[in-house]
Amino acid sequence: MILGIDTSLGTTVAVVEDDGVIRGQADSANPLAHAEVIGTLLHDVVAGAPADITHVAAGMGPGPFTGLRIGIAAARAFALGRGIPVLPVVSHDAVALEMLLHDALTDAGDGRFAVVTDARRREVAYSVYDGIDDDDGLPIRTAGPALAPRDGVDAVLADLGARRRDAHAVSGAMVALAAARALAAGRTIGPADALYLRSPDVAAPTAPKKVGR
Amino acid sequence: MSREPLVLGIETSCDETGIGIVRGRTLLSNTIASSMEQHARYGGVIPEVAARAHLEALQPSIDAALAESGVALADVDAIAVTSGPGLAGALMVGVGAAKALAVALDRPLYAVNHLVGHIAADILDADAGPLEYPTVALLVSGGHTSLLLVRDLTTDVELLGETMDDAAGEAFDKVARILGLPYPGGPEIDRVAASGDPSAIRFPRGLSRASDMDRHRYDFSFSGLKTAVARWVERCTADGVPVPVPDVAASFREAVVDVLVSKALDACRRHDVPRLLLGGGVIANRRLRDVALARGAAAGVTVRIPPLRLCTDNGAMIAALAAQLIMSGRAPSTLAFGADSTLPVTEIQVAARDAGAAA
Ligand SMILES: [Zn+2]
Repeated sequence: MILGIDTSLGTTVAVVEDDGVIRGQADSANPLAHAEVIGTLLHDVVAGAPADITHVAAGMGPGPFTGLRIGIAAARAFALGRGIPVLPVVSHDAVALEMLLHDALTDAGDGRFAVVTDARRREVAYSVYDGIDDDDGLPIRTAGPALAPRDGVDAVLADLGARRRDAHAVSGAMVALAAARALAAGRTIGPADALYLRSPDVAAPTAPKKVGR
Repeated sequence: MSREPLVLGIETSCDETGIGIVRGRTLLSNTIASSMEQHARYGGVIPEVAARAHLEALQPSIDAALAESGVALADVDAIAVTSGPGLAGALMVGVGAAKALAVALDRPLYAVNHLVGHIAADILDADAGPLEYPTVALLVSGGHTSLLLVRDLTTDVELLGETMDDAAGEAFDKVARILGLPYPGGPEIDRVAASGDPSAIRFPRGLSRASDMDRHRYDFSFSGLKTAVARWVERCTADGVPVPVPDVAASFREAVVDVLVSKALDACRRHDVPRLLLGGGVIANRRLRDVALARGAAAGVTVRIPPLRLCTDNGAMIAALAAQLIMSGRAPSTLAFGADSTLPVTEIQVAARDAGAAA
């Protein structure tokens, strides 16, 4: 069983069996209180699956830094506590997987699309997908994740020929499922480090200000 | 718990990722990874840089602490973490990791106060006798400057005063920059001050006038001092004379040390407490230690200074405080707490479960 954790938007925790059956999921949509809720959500989900979690899938972003880090820190610490590996997942891949599974069920639209999430500071993060890989069942990401101005992303996506699909939540179960499919396919699908996509804000060193006499 | 509890402590309130492992009062590991070098070119701690560094350092630091102590995670009785005060984004990394570790291991979690942790560091000093109460504690670092009256480590810590603007360590960093010295400023100021005359320039002692004694007797202010140094240096430049850097550094340091020690000993006298405990990274400053010891002795006050690695921010002090809470029978924290960047020192433990409620 795989424990999935993602704090790139809200906070989501789920336990999924290797074949994709969801054993439990707990979510908080609050985009700010990740540190407050992560422990209780984890406890609630793990209590139903005490011993046989074999991997922890960590949503690596993109997402606002402060919240994103909490889920990654929790995923790594949980894995350390249980002596099991972390499987990194691009959070947009989990969103795309959910959309693609939903599309398959509903026979809804196909073709290239872009997952778009809020990145704050009048920017969005986007990733472009070309359907699902029939062999491993994973979304085929052809561009991104990258940042674009909130006002300019439509032009960017038009250039890429991708239909815009906004997401306001990530599913922990889909993070875990993407990791399960990657594991089965022998693939590593996420980066080892957080997808911040932005350098830290730092005030450039300035000469000491004059204070006058 | 009949035997002494084995506690793993996580501290991420500023730029040190600290993992400590203690058994009761015994230190087993005090592992510290610092992001200080990454902040050097900015002249001060950049919160986002610190938080990113915590995330990268946490797992290797826990591994290193376990290896050093020869402890397996499965043997740990409880997890402890700093809830605040400190940099919010940095604290959250530790909080997230600590909660997940506690759930993964199914162990109790103790969320504790960073400042009280600095006091608890003293009990890990194997060479010192037990800490006697009450004691006055002076905690000085780049993040805080606080004067506390500790009647009991786990139940009764009172804030006497704190800085109204810069922390003392920050003042060292800022004055070092004014003098063209690198970051961190403390050791640099110390180095150049060695050949300077501490009485060459009479810099102001913040909040030390008779008129300040009513409302700010135990509070500190270092921004006026920093401005006075800047003005002094500018005047040299305007007058076309070279800045006597050693004298400025020594006189500045003397002003900081004087106000810190004077207020701490004043608190000892007025509360009739003949004990002073020092903590925080600025305690590395030899002049501060020497003046505190000498003036303490003259005033009949015993000054305790834990080893420097326990004075700087570290996880061992967080684990030690939690061990004391456990040994005094306190229930663990719930999982529902966050980072509190301004956590008051009176809140020694955060989100303590109702002791009467079932565990
Ligand atoms: Zn500190």
